[in-house]
Amino acid sequence: MTLAARALGFGFGTRVVGEGLDLELPGREIVCLLGPNGSGKTTLLRTLLGLLAPLSGEVALDGRALATWPIRERAARLAYVPQAAESHFDYSVLETVQMGRTAHRGLFAAPGERDRRVAQASLERLGIAALAERPIHRVSGGERQLALIARALASEASHVLMDEPTASLDFGNQALILDEVARLKAAGTAVLFTTHHPDHALRIADRVVMLRGGRVLAAGATAAVVNSENLSALYGRAIDVAEVLSPDGVARRTCIARLEARPGNLAAPRFD
Amino acid sequence: MTLVPRARFALTFAACAAALAALAAWSFTAGRFAVPVADVWRALWSAATGSASGLPDTVSAIVLQVRAPRVAAALGVGAALAAAGAAYQNLFRNPLVSPDILGVSAGCALGAGIALLASLPIGVVQLFAFVGGLAAVGLVVAIGTWIGGRDPILTLVLTGVVVGSLCGAGIALVKYLADPYNQLPAITFWLLGSFTGALPRDLPGTLAPIALAVAAIWALRWRIDVLALSEDEAASLGVDVRRLRLVVIVAATLATACAVSLAGAIGWVGLLVPHAARLLVGAAFARLLPLSLLLGAAFMLAVDTACRTLFATEVPPGVVTAFAGTPVFIALLAAAFRRP
Repeated sequence: MTLAARALGFGFGTRVVGEGLDLELPGREIVCLLGPNGSGKTTLLRTLLGLLAPLSGEVALDGRALATWPIRERAARLAYVPQAAESHFDYSVLETVQMGRTAHRGLFAAPGERDRRVAQASLERLGIAALAERPIHRVSGGERQLALIARALASEASHVLMDEPTASLDFGNQALILDEVARLKAAGTAVLFTTHHPDHALRIADRVVMLRGGRVLAAGATAAVVNSENLSALYGRAIDVAEVLSPDGVARRTCIARLEARPGNLAAPRFD
Repeated sequence: MTLVPRARFALTFAACAAALAALAAWSFTAGRFAVPVADVWRALWSAATGSASGLPDTVSAIVLQVRAPRVAAALGVGAALAAAGAAYQNLFRNPLVSPDILGVSAGCALGAGIALLASLPIGVVQLFAFVGGLAAVGLVVAIGTWIGGRDPILTLVLTGVVVGSLCGAGIALVKYLADPYNQLPAITFWLLGSFTGALPRDLPGTLAPIALAVAAIWALRWRIDVLALSEDEAASLGVDVRRLRLVVIVAATLATACAVSLAGAIGWVGLLVPHAARLLVGAAFARLLPLSLLLGAAFMLAVDTACRTLFATEVPPGVVTAFAGTPVFIALLAAAFRRP
């Protein structure tokens, strides 16, 4: 039940995006992929999903090279939650989630009773059953992201790979998605997700992989890897990791980037 | 409406089927020579069962030899263009494409025009139309993919327009080379889009491939839904995107080629009908395709019947569909791109 990359080189054709990457995603674990813009996160994700062929090294699922898996068997094991893209076709939320069952059906087969049941159960697990008949592009960004996660759930995959699941969501919806990801893990699914918020890694990830320029800058247990030194090197500017005490008495770590122009240094506007 | 989608679809489908039946009755009865509905029924019944109809020979001949082929041709062409349009729209994840906008119809017309110039039989005309259509769509896909760009929808539409006008130049050349007394009027009239040339002996050879293409698209309906997602999503859901696209393109182009070789390049049906159907029953292809077939057939039949009965001289249906289609396309373009 492990998705593993060994000495992986990835990119497009002759353009190498990353090299020499080792990564492991065992079951029941959340791995967070951090990296600045252009560090190769999405390309890596697509390679791990088998959508792009590795340039060197290999990606293996259950010890077997991903390229040798038939496309439907692979899809039944590895699910992808993309960043919600604009589409001009208004499939309903339920129809979208049912597409997650594609790999379980023959080429010509209509969705069966079990497909409908699993799709409905996925909607209920994510608390969006009431939206089933709504067109997917007329629900909020957070709800759409939940629907895409429900689609991944409906595929009954053992590994779910998410590309910036919290991007462009408001603060409340970001927390909602983090909660659902943590719940996926509790239900036995392995999750790999990318994000631009190291705080999200601190909240739910078991392990963190830091990617810069296509190479692993640091990787390991979240508590050990997410520190001021690594983050500053990763993003190219000073970042502190502070500990805050929440009102319920729990100490949590959070990341704070230093700003050159602190509010105190700025001249106050005068209106006289 | 609070009906569940399935009930809503059943109601809509039944209503459209009833409208189609009424249209067919109108089409059989109306014309220079009015035939009462009862006589139409008797003629069709006797043709189906082989019993004597008791009708004058002229009435039977008008119903069976003149109007029946024309009704069948209009139904087949409308259904084929609508099915091809619906399939192309999902395939290219693009609500603005159709056989004519992608340049496929023009490619088919060029292929068919070359075959007509050489006075080849209808089967070969169809083959040339099919090859011309495949070449046009292949060129559009290749150029569109090569350009890429930030707005693939617009790129594809523009590429289709360019390839279509290239085929238009080829068609102009065919016309220039055609014999001005016999071939030129025939080719010109056929290009405008018309069912007058729909001969009974051409029908089986045209409608059978259309049925085959539609059957292939219908069989793949659940996978075609997934094609409406991004390529990465479709592939991650277990769809062999490249192979499926190829099969659907071949099927949709075959349907278009048969429609074009029978009735010329009738535009807009493949754009308008799938949109209307989507508004009525949603995007799911298992509902969209049957309703598109029905609406496409009904629309084409209504246009053709109106064209031959409402005016003093017969108007080519392609002209009417263009008058209807242009404002709708502008509205769709505005909905997709205009800033609010």
